[in-house]
Amino acid sequence: MNGSQTAAPAATLVGARMGLIQKYKFWFAAAVVLLILPYIPGLNGDFSRSLLSQMGISAVFALSFNLLLGQTGLLSFGHAVYFGLGGYAAIHFMRAINAGLPIPIPFVPLAGAAGGLLIGVLFGSVTTKKAKIVFALITLGIAELVYAATFMLPGLFGGEEGITASRTRGPSIFGLDFGSQIQVYYIIAFWAFVSAALMYAFMRTPVGRMCNAVRDNPERAEFVGYNPQRVRFIVFSVAGMFAGLAGGLHAINYEIVAADAVGVLRSGSVLVAAYIGGIGHFIGPIVGAITLTWLQVSLSDYTSAWLLYLGLFFMAIILFAPGGLSGLIMMHAPIVRTKVFWEVLKTYAVALVPAVIMVVGAALLIEMNYRLSTQPELGTRMKLFRVNVDAATPWPWVAATLLLVAGFYVFRKTWPYVAAAWNRAIEEANAGKSDMGERR
Amino acid sequence: MLELTTVSLLNGVVYGLLLFMLSSGLTLIFSMMGVLNFAHASVFMLGAYFSYQIGRWIGFWPALAIAPLLCGLVGAAIERYGLRHVHKYGHVAEILFTFGLVYLIEEFVTMIWGRNPVGNDVPQAIDFSLFSLFGGTFPAYKGLMMAISLAMFVFLYLALKRTRIGLIIQAALTHPQMVGALGHNVPGVFVLVFAIGSALAGLAGVIGGFAWLTQPTLANTLGPIVFVVVVVGGLGSLGGALIASMLIGILQTLAVALDYSLLDLFQTFDISVTRASPLYEFYSIKIAHAASAIPYLLLVLMLILRPTGLFGTRE
Amino acid sequence: MTSASAQVNEQRQSALKLRDVHKSFGKTPIIRGVSLDIHRGERHAIIGPNGAGKSTLFNLISGRFQPTRGSIRLNDEEIAGIPSYQINRRGLSRSFQVTNIFPRLSVYENIRCSVLWSLGHKYSFWRSADKLRDANALTERTLEQIKMTARRNALAGVLTYAEQRALEIGITIASGADVIMLDEPTAGMSHSEADNAVELIRSVSKGRTLVMVEHDMGVVFGLADRISVLVYGEIIATDIPSRIKQNKAVQTAYLGTE
Repeated sequence: MNGSQTAAPAATLVGARMGLIQKYKFWFAAAVVLLILPYIPGLNGDFSRSLLSQMGISAVFALSFNLLLGQTGLLSFGHAVYFGLGGYAAIHFMRAINAGLPIPIPFVPLAGAAGGLLIGVLFGSVTTKKAKIVFALITLGIAELVYAATFMLPGLFGGEEGITASRTRGPSIFGLDFGSQIQVYYIIAFWAFVSAALMYAFMRTPVGRMCNAVRDNPERAEFVGYNPQRVRFIVFSVAGMFAGLAGGLHAINYEIVAADAVGVLRSGSVLVAAYIGGIGHFIGPIVGAITLTWLQVSLSDYTSAWLLYLGLFFMAIILFAPGGLSGLIMMHAPIVRTKVFWEVLKTYAVALVPAVIMVVGAALLIEMNYRLSTQPELGTRMKLFRVNVDAATPWPWVAATLLLVAGFYVFRKTWPYVAAAWNRAIEEANAGKSDMGERR
Repeated sequence: MLELTTVSLLNGVVYGLLLFMLSSGLTLIFSMMGVLNFAHASVFMLGAYFSYQIGRWIGFWPALAIAPLLCGLVGAAIERYGLRHVHKYGHVAEILFTFGLVYLIEEFVTMIWGRNPVGNDVPQAIDFSLFSLFGGTFPAYKGLMMAISLAMFVFLYLALKRTRIGLIIQAALTHPQMVGALGHNVPGVFVLVFAIGSALAGLAGVIGGFAWLTQPTLANTLGPIVFVVVVVGGLGSLGGALIASMLIGILQTLAVALDYSLLDLFQTFDISVTRASPLYEFYSIKIAHAASAIPYLLLVLMLILRPTGLFGTRE
Repeated sequence: MTSASAQVNEQRQSALKLRDVHKSFGKTPIIRGVSLDIHRGERHAIIGPNGAGKSTLFNLISGRFQPTRGSIRLNDEEIAGIPSYQINRRGLSRSFQVTNIFPRLSVYENIRCSVLWSLGHKYSFWRSADKLRDANALTERTLEQIKMTARRNALAGVLTYAEQRALEIGITIASGADVIMLDEPTAGMSHSEADNAVELIRSVSKGRTLVMVEHDMGVVFGLADRISVLVYGEIIATDIPSRIKQNKAVQTAYLGTE
């Protein structure tokens, strides 16, 4: 009797721990992935680790942006203000550390967070009192004002050259000097994980739930006792805080913060990143940040037309997949278990062929045009898709146009088949659901 | 002093009228459909490029006629094939669509004409001096621009207030569903409005292409200011857009000429501020440097204090 | 005053008191001097022909609009002109004629959001809503009341019309407000659906004050303790159902078509 009595509590303790891991399995998996990522073959060079670091910064920034857009319905064209001003706060804090302040570098992002929170509260108190379109325009105005201010106050913002600091001149922990990219990666990975977890938890709290409610129906939110302006002000401040934290990570990574950190361009790209990833799901901005960072860094190595490709990709998402990449993936959730799912995948594969041909044709035209217009000094001979072409001759142009037109034509022909497969999959999924309903 | 003020004032008026040319089309579109059309300045830029190209192939006067037409077609296509499709996804998607258009048009222009400014020089036909003032000359193209700008205002005013289609547009400005219920082809009207607005932007681009360098970044520099004009002037108000354009044009031009700062003001009153004072940097900002920020300051203040703008009829 | 009549007076204390309320939109007067006493605990129906201003009156009381003139008192406190969320916090809850729910939240979340404030959770951000026992228990109870427990995880936007109307009522009553206002709760419902709705309304309004706008006379005469008739922005009669039926002015203005 005694034995089982002591065994039972121990078993429940283990059971509780296993339950904890089971409940948070997604977070545990993410933590493990973040830990081993920079050691995976193919990713274990400095360039890759730098890329991963950039993705981490971008992910935190995009998540903070989506607290506003996807979760509360607030469209801000100036979110970089909080990223940048937080970054400036962090870099000044780093300079203080360089000058002798006894705080280790990994704590710098907290200075960024504090800066972002302060500015968020300051501007938020004024902007969140306004209706949605007015709000969006004010954020644009504030963004331009802050950008202009960075040039007018060189002592604070360093003008065009920005403010620099060193991440190696400070108290070291465990002998680490934080100079190498791998160490920077782990600092960023840590803060990114903590930020994502905190933002996720925030959305589960009462005020977080009301953010969603205010997004869906601000009037109804009033009629259940909540002041929508207050809710918006709170989430705005929190979003500013996490944007500032991302700015702090930026300061550590680059050891410099300049006017581009607060600019309209950066505000625009976090918007694009969040939207591409999908603003309707928590994980969307992370997907978008990773995708956009990869495109910006890698694509620009291959082609000078990368911004056009990015723009076309963005437009395709807006026109055909407004739920973003995560929306596209989640769209398949109801049909994943059906037998027809494989049929659907097969139709995708079939449709992919003419689609690729069409894209190749378009890319050829774009690349040739770009070469002629922007880099005429390189001549008209180029190597496209491992084929030598001379853009001065008519043949590449004819071929490219043919590929584009023919590819598009055939691609359109495949659409009904994809649609039909989807319909069958939906039917099967619904039939399965009503079966379960009857069994209850 | 009088010289400086008069010349600055004149330049300010010219700049203001140019801003009005650019924003008159946007006033129409924004007021009517409530869509923040970020791509408006991009269509303006297209007008500048089209006019440059047509000017090289044919001549300036045909360009003046054809470029706006082309831009009108572009506008119609944007509305018919883009916005109408995206409308069902909500306001945010609409705004983002026009936002994406900015990138696309900028890259399209780069792809065809390159990154460097093109030689969009003032054509011979209007490259003479209208009159001289205080030793400087007032070029004819600026005179042409003022004339076109005022003509635009008159045209739009008459079209909106005196024609039947104008009345329908005015009504659809505030009650689109009711107008549709009355049997008018509201989607068709939207396409028309977008086309006209874009054609006006294109026309502004023909002239603006000489005033500024015709290069891919042209839209980015002017885009935000156009929004300021429309918002400050007030939604739905043509007169408001004109007044706001003039206000911003004159303010900015005068400010650039003023090389004073708060510090100078303090010195006139014998208040001494040392370098050690924390706001020293702020005090030493010269108005001329702050000139670029003036429109945005106006925008933010207006939105905070009076979101309907100076003369707006709708928010 | 004897203690008996003092008691009667207390029972008759007004939950809602309107005095000479006027509302004009621009130059058009919609509500032209409405005075009304809603007794605590009663079920009071407001009827009237289309365009009489019933929804406007509701909107005035719940704070969606502000009266041009006049006084509205809830539990003897002036509420005319204060924001809707403050009126709600003082114990008045309303439903909408056009369903006004949170479409992208689940049925469960819809209800839970409507109880958070009344349970005192306000703007708290240090605990997950899933851990709030009182909120979750109250949500479960409300789901049972409106018979939507099986659909708790469905997104509110994809519910059928009748389900949305039930959810609409659920959101209104969940927070335990003592004055409930229902704006055409059975609009668009079939006969059997309306019967279910009436049963629901009857059970949730026990012990609370109910003000209801309705067109369905069967529902009105079945539920109401008293009826007010609103015509062209004025109350032409307030009385118990049997006397309203016989009221000549009401008959000419309104009844006779049903």
